[in-house]
Amino acid sequence: MQLWTIRPRALRVKGVLPGFGLTMGTTLLFISLVVLLPLSALLIQAASLSPGEFWRIISSERAVATYKLTLSSALIASIFNVFFGLLLAWILTRYQFPGRSLLDAIVDLPFALPTAVAGLSLAFLFTSHGWIGQYLEPMGIQVAYTQLGIIAAMAFTSAPFVIRSVQPVLEDMEPELEEAAAILGASPWQIFQGIILPTIMPALLAGFSLALARSLGEFGAIIFIAGNMPFETEITALLIMIRLEEYNYAGAAAIASVVLAAALVMLLIINLLQGRIYRARSDS
Amino acid sequence: MSIEIEHVNKRFGHFVAVDNVSLSLPAGQLTALLGPSGSGKTTLLRIIAGLEHADSGRIRFHGEDATDVHVSRRGVGFVFQHYALFKHMTVFDNVAYGLTVKPRRLRPGKAEIRRRVMELLELVQLDWTAHRLPSQLSGGQRQRIALARALAVEPKVLLLDEPFGALDAQVRAELRRWLRRLHDDIHLTTVFVTHDQEEALEVSDRIVVMNQGRVEQEGTPEAVYDHPVNPFVFSFLGQVNLFHARVQDGQARIGDLALPMAAPDHQPEGDGLAYVRPHDIEILAEDDGQGALAAVIQGITVVGPTARLELKVAGGKDLIHAELPKTQLAPLGLSPGMKTWVRPVNSRVFVGHRNQNPPVAEPALHPRD
Ligand SMILES: Nc1ncnc2c1ncn2[C@@H]1O[C@H](COP(=O)(O)OP(=O)(O)O)[C@@H](O)[C@H]1O
Ligand SMILES: [Mg+2]
Repeated sequence: MQLWTIRPRALRVKGVLPGFGLTMGTTLLFISLVVLLPLSALLIQAASLSPGEFWRIISSERAVATYKLTLSSALIASIFNVFFGLLLAWILTRYQFPGRSLLDAIVDLPFALPTAVAGLSLAFLFTSHGWIGQYLEPMGIQVAYTQLGIIAAMAFTSAPFVIRSVQPVLEDMEPELEEAAAILGASPWQIFQGIILPTIMPALLAGFSLALARSLGEFGAIIFIAGNMPFETEITALLIMIRLEEYNYAGAAAIASVVLAAALVMLLIINLLQGRIYRARSDS
Repeated sequence: MSIEIEHVNKRFGHFVAVDNVSLSLPAGQLTALLGPSGSGKTTLLRIIAGLEHADSGRIRFHGEDATDVHVSRRGVGFVFQHYALFKHMTVFDNVAYGLTVKPRRLRPGKAEIRRRVMELLELVQLDWTAHRLPSQLSGGQRQRIALARALAVEPKVLLLDEPFGALDAQVRAELRRWLRRLHDDIHLTTVFVTHDQEEALEVSDRIVVMNQGRVEQEGTPEAVYDHPVNPFVFSFLGQVNLFHARVQDGQARIGDLALPMAAPDHQPEGDGLAYVRPHDIEILAEDDGQGALAAVIQGITVVGPTARLELKVAGGKDLIHAELPKTQLAPLGLSPGMKTWVRPVNSRVFVGHRNQNPPVAEPALHPRD
């Protein structure tokens, strides 16, 4: 790795365009209002607990069960979306077929739909009398009111992230790169994994991390299809909601701060990964 | 390995990109496909490579039919105008790519790959860049790496699509001389596309002039330059002056002036256009009585060792261009506004072009693109 050729990016802040002070100031103000202020309110709430209490709440068996369920479901849903999203982005960029623009438009639907509506429709689809559920049930596959349902809801609401991250990169890929590889004797699979995949990797990772973040925070779509049984199908966001309904604000805040910390750590890791990929191919 | 192209046609929609092209490119030679932008050069090259499929016609390598052989098995090397290097791989990995994707039983060992890649990098004089990324190289260096990558799989033929098109003038001139020397060393059958007639004339063993999907002429650079078969080839290969002319009794005349002709045989009779290159116009300070056109010097530009004159012939509409060594300006006492006599010492008359629009109304200064 050629570390010595990497110019420190921070030095590029002073550009030809004026207004750095103004834009940076405005940005910081907005970040403070929209992000930092609510977060500190949350932390202050949680801080009203003694460390012992705090620890007891966040490590309670029921809370830990929700972390495990939420995290594993979000990971599975996001990984599923990496494959599914890549496939869809591929089809949308590489092939011309009737209905292509319609499909392209439908991709954004999970963003436009109120998540409760998404959850309801999924529940209708997957209950034992639903369109899909009635066929899955006899095969022994229960989606509604199980973790599968949670994963389905998460995958549905976060699907556009991967597609929309990868699509522009695929569109911009020079066809010559694949042609050059083909002339050198590479098989289609070798071209895909050796040339195309490395090119879209940063975008794929970005899509993955966005989908993961969204899945961790998803609430509306999930509660309709998850059974919401404590220890079984209860996600962390629901537990927070329940604590709130019990007027246990400090308890809700304590659990929420765990979610917050987890989200931050995960985004940080993914950002570092991405930075490494981008830097390894610093475009001149 | 020779390349035979037989009656190849290619359309895009209704647009005919390659129009019934037949060519035979001899083994071991460096052939230039020369033509203006849009004349179908790239399409033809891509058909030879197998990147594009001809609508009809055959491609043979050394007599063997390659028309339906897949691009990955055709054994050609291809160099793209914009390098098409793999950005996420080092220079070494780029050059090694063709070897590493071989099926396991044909793939050389790691050490052997390393040896071959370094050998190629030395050949293109860039062995010191092995661990760099393509983005850390200049355009000229990238193109040499692209060439090394193409050569790594030991192709039977090498195809280059405007390989120097994206480079600046000096690097371009250097690289094409280097390509010529390289070709003299390795003697690979090579086809390269260019729209730059100077590049084609300087580098190649053979030139194929293309226009609107058709082959206008093929031959050695000298033959094509000295004996262009039609007005298009004549004006595409360099600057020209056009004169209305008439051929009668085997003699071409501009007005009363009898013209010496490069190819007086088989010259059909009638009205036409005389094509004269700027360096084939003699400038006389005095009328020597052997026939010349009176002209007034409109301007003189000195470009390095050459003086370029713009003159207006008495009774003529367009300016004509003449070139002579700078050293002759002083002895002739030439200066702008001066009355002189001009005499074409060499010309080519194409009969039947008089009533059409001249293919080039003005002398073509830059017959590119
Ligand atoms: N894939 C394509 N689809 C449609 N038209 C094309 C395609 N490729 C080339 N053409 C057209 O064919 C003509 C010849 O193109 P090309 O072979 O690239 O010419 P050249 O390389 O001589 O400039 C051009 O007019 C171009 O617009
Ligand atoms: Mg071209």
